[in-house]
Amino acid sequence: MSDNKSTWPLWEVFVRSRQGLGHKHVGSLHACDAEMAIGNARDVYTRRQEGVSIWVVPAESISASSPSDSEALFDPANDKVYRHPTFFVLPDEVNHM
Amino acid sequence: MNETQDHLREEFDAYVAADKKIEPKDWMPDAYRKTLIRQISQHAHSEIVGMLPEGKWITRAPSLQRKAILLAKVQDEAGHGLYLYSAAETLGVERADLVDDLLSGKAKYSSIFNYPSLTWADIGAIGWLVDGAAIMNQVPLCRCSYGPYARAMTRVCKEESFHQRQGYSIMMQLMKGTDAQKAMAQDALNRWWWPSLMMFGPSDSESTHSSQNMKWNIKRFSNDELRQRMVDMTVPQAECIGLKMPDPDLKWNEEKGGHDFGEIDWTEFYDVIAGNGICNKERLEDRNKAHNDGEWVRDAAIAYSEKRKEN
Repeated sequence: MSDNKSTWPLWEVFVRSRQGLGHKHVGSLHACDAEMAIGNARDVYTRRQEGVSIWVVPAESISASSPSDSEALFDPANDKVYRHPTFFVLPDEVNHM
Repeated sequence: MNETQDHLREEFDAYVAADKKIEPKDWMPDAYRKTLIRQISQHAHSEIVGMLPEGKWITRAPSLQRKAILLAKVQDEAGHGLYLYSAAETLGVERADLVDDLLSGKAKYSSIFNYPSLTWADIGAIGWLVDGAAIMNQVPLCRCSYGPYARAMTRVCKEESFHQRQGYSIMMQLMKGTDAQKAMAQDALNRWWWPSLMMFGPSDSESTHSSQNMKWNIKRFSNDELRQRMVDMTVPQAECIGLKMPDPDLKWNEEKGGHDFGEIDWTEFYDVIAGNGICNKERLEDRNKAHNDGEWVRDAAIAYSEKRKEN
């Protein structure tokens, strides 16, 4: 249906909102190369000083875990509450540890 | 197979009913996916077509500051369209196909943009009323069950309130002006008020998508509830700057704690949706022209990037 000749690939966009914070996913866009993707990301996602740095990644290069694997990947942490400091009850006299 | 589907469907319904979010790779019923693709792409198309009535006034804005503001506003609308196309694509559709559907007339967009912007005051009325109604519709969508749509709407809503204020400020300034300027503002309100109320869609008793979308937390409030809020919010804003609402049946109803208002001309609403509005043809022609005129640029960009890859 659509003319493939004119279809630019999809890029995922990550923006660092200020120095000291990590890049965060903000959305996607189409561009024919990385340089244009950064230019478009600047226009689409940082019109109001939302960012100081941009990453663009070809969407097809991203590997993601599958929701059907989430039990195997993430459930084993459920019964390891001792990994959190609040698991250990301290005497009232010990305020900071 | 059917049992598995039923089970997945039950799990999905319970998950959504608990107000949890669905993300792109999660299982979802086909009808949920389809309704989201339809709604998000129509929403995106509305942002893009919505640039046309205002874009016409960029070169005729009355001051350099108004021109810069309008330019930023129209650029935001393009941005909103792009956030939304991006959200729609997470559901497994190609953006190029969505754009083709807009250009061929197969896809719908908000019928409000099929009305003409005749005077500078229309730019005020569009920002104040059309963006005002859009905000009313969009704020609840920030809590929509589909994650990418909800995140896109959060960005849109942050930007949209600038749009509404710049529109109201145009109306305020005109209402402080000459008699002719006041009349121009009043005329714009008269023409945009009813179409703005139509933006909330058919009355609850006639609305076809509402009840399932409510269950799926795509929609949070009914068309009539949102329309009532719009009326109650706008009436004092109009009074404050000396504008008269073009509705002889409008009056405060103490008992319901809201305004009663006149009957909407639904024949006009369905007529514009069916393609018979003043500007339906012009809008599609303008979009098609822009798309076709840009084709050589898109092709050249691809050719350039391919050539650079070879070197």
